[in-house]
Amino acid sequence: MIISGRVHRVGDDVNTDYIIPARYKSRTEDIASLVPVLFEDLDPTLASRIRPGDLVVAGHNFGMGSSRETAPRLLRAAGVGAVLARSFARIFFRNAVNVGLAVIECDTEAIADGDEVEVDLESGSVRVPAREVAVTAQPLPRLMLDILRAGGIKGYLEAQGRGTGENRV
Amino acid sequence: MPMPGLTIAEKILSERSGREARAGAFVVAEVDVLMAHDGNRPLVIDTLGELGFDRPARPERLVLVLDHAVPPPTSVVANIHARMRAFAREHGAHLVEAGDGVCHIVLPERGYVRPGDLVVASDSHTTTIGAVNCFATGMGSSDMALAAAKGAVWFRVPTTLRIVLTGRLGTGVAAKDAAQYLVRRLGLHRCNYRTLEFEGPGIEAMGMDGRFAMANVAVELGAKCGILPGDAVLRVWLERRLIGPLKFVASDPGAVYEESFEFDLGALAPQVARPHSPADVVDVAEVEGISVQTAFIGTCSAGRLEDLRAAAQVLAGRSVARGVRLVVAPGSAEIHLAAVREGIVETLLAAGAALVPPGCGPCAGVSQGVPGDEETVVATSPRNFRGRMGNPKARIFLASPATVAASAVAGAITDPRRYLS
Repeated sequence: MIISGRVHRVGDDVNTDYIIPARYKSRTEDIASLVPVLFEDLDPTLASRIRPGDLVVAGHNFGMGSSRETAPRLLRAAGVGAVLARSFARIFFRNAVNVGLAVIECDTEAIADGDEVEVDLESGSVRVPAREVAVTAQPLPRLMLDILRAGGIKGYLEAQGRGTGENRV
Repeated sequence: MPMPGLTIAEKILSERSGREARAGAFVVAEVDVLMAHDGNRPLVIDTLGELGFDRPARPERLVLVLDHAVPPPTSVVANIHARMRAFAREHGAHLVEAGDGVCHIVLPERGYVRPGDLVVASDSHTTTIGAVNCFATGMGSSDMALAAAKGAVWFRVPTTLRIVLTGRLGTGVAAKDAAQYLVRRLGLHRCNYRTLEFEGPGIEAMGMDGRFAMANVAVELGAKCGILPGDAVLRVWLERRLIGPLKFVASDPGAVYEESFEFDLGALAPQVARPHSPADVVDVAEVEGISVQTAFIGTCSAGRLEDLRAAAQVLAGRSVARGVRLVVAPGSAEIHLAAVREGIVETLLAAGAALVPPGCGPCAGVSQGVPGDEETVVATSPRNFRGRMGNPKARIFLASPATVAASAVAGAITDPRRYLS
């Protein structure tokens, strides 16, 4: 699975409130309608700059804070192809895989805003071809790769044959 | 050579997965209690259907809680509440009604959780429940829906960090201060993916209300769960809430800890987290005098009886300063009632506090208590990210109930020890 795209760089400890502020929860249940307020409290201009296929690149602990699955679902709804981070908060990491958002744990120091990055999920290779930057990502457990390939847990369960008790989730 | 002993987390996950679950292993573990609240989108009950399941495997283990926006501020939320009530009725799941209290306070209070349990819930602060000597962790809607459908969920068995607390908290210094001090020392991701085992004389000296505050902060440190010991204090607290024998879980001698940390609470000053990070923590002296317009006491961090009592001690015979709103949300209806009986509520009201129903609203900015532009808030909440209380133009300081009460009286951040002799 190869993912490539243009980078939007964010910092350490980006929390789920910054990805999607809780105040919008009481207003709608339609997650896709919230794309314009993605990252609003981190950088109000960011949502309008994200194009489908772009990547978000972060420092440590991306997705810290609440368990809201709205966060990775909204990143997907905005067309974000993957999030690369030095490390992820644990609930966000699981949620992202479940909703089919690729999460790549690697040294992101050398990746800059605007870079075009190419990621090979199987081999863990992360490259910025224009600048000869290359790092290796922490490999994802097999099950998580399979879920991502299926587009998320829903597709994975459908492919496995739901209710047989044989799937590995 | 014999295998080393097991930590509490390894023991609980071994018991629930039917195999020896050592740190690093992937296991599928049967869950004892599942909780889903009204706060996250999509709702767990809707995700269940989205993933193609028509019912929870063990509805008697599922507790649905209406606590995030109560009473409903919008028709969107009112309809969510109605859907959750209907689901609970149709499938025979438990329902905790709007106004009954914050999920992490109500679940242990009502005896839904036991020592040794594996608890999963749709909220990051589920770590709070680890104060009753169980493994409790938060998950998103898809994981929760799968856990509800199958009665089990996968885990990577976490390594364990031991947090040893020594010393006794001084007058005017609370468990919430100790909790914030841990974030100050350990940061927001040092404990990522780990289990924290809390122990030591500092923990033993705390009542259950303080212990919940310690388990609550585990998630701010990045941890998967925080587990407190089973002892006489816990036994007494549980015996009037649970029937049947209590079996505590302790780690084996020789259990493998990734690391141990020791902190002395004896000389601790009140701790305040500055905007906009729960880790930007300083002694109260460094921020004294910063003027505040909103003060808030409540939440899964510090909305318990001991917290209201500490606030009342400061507020007794005093008044909230002109220009300051003090909002208090008791953690649960049970706590609210106990506070009425003890005279705490009278003290709070006489000082000028406004009480709102038990729930999470003000902390999460989803209902009531939203601050105005450029306003400064001091709150007992667990988080102070920009926008957290509903307005990104406000600044939020986090502090103990006594510090919040003292700041409300003075109109500026104040060391509560000035009002306590």
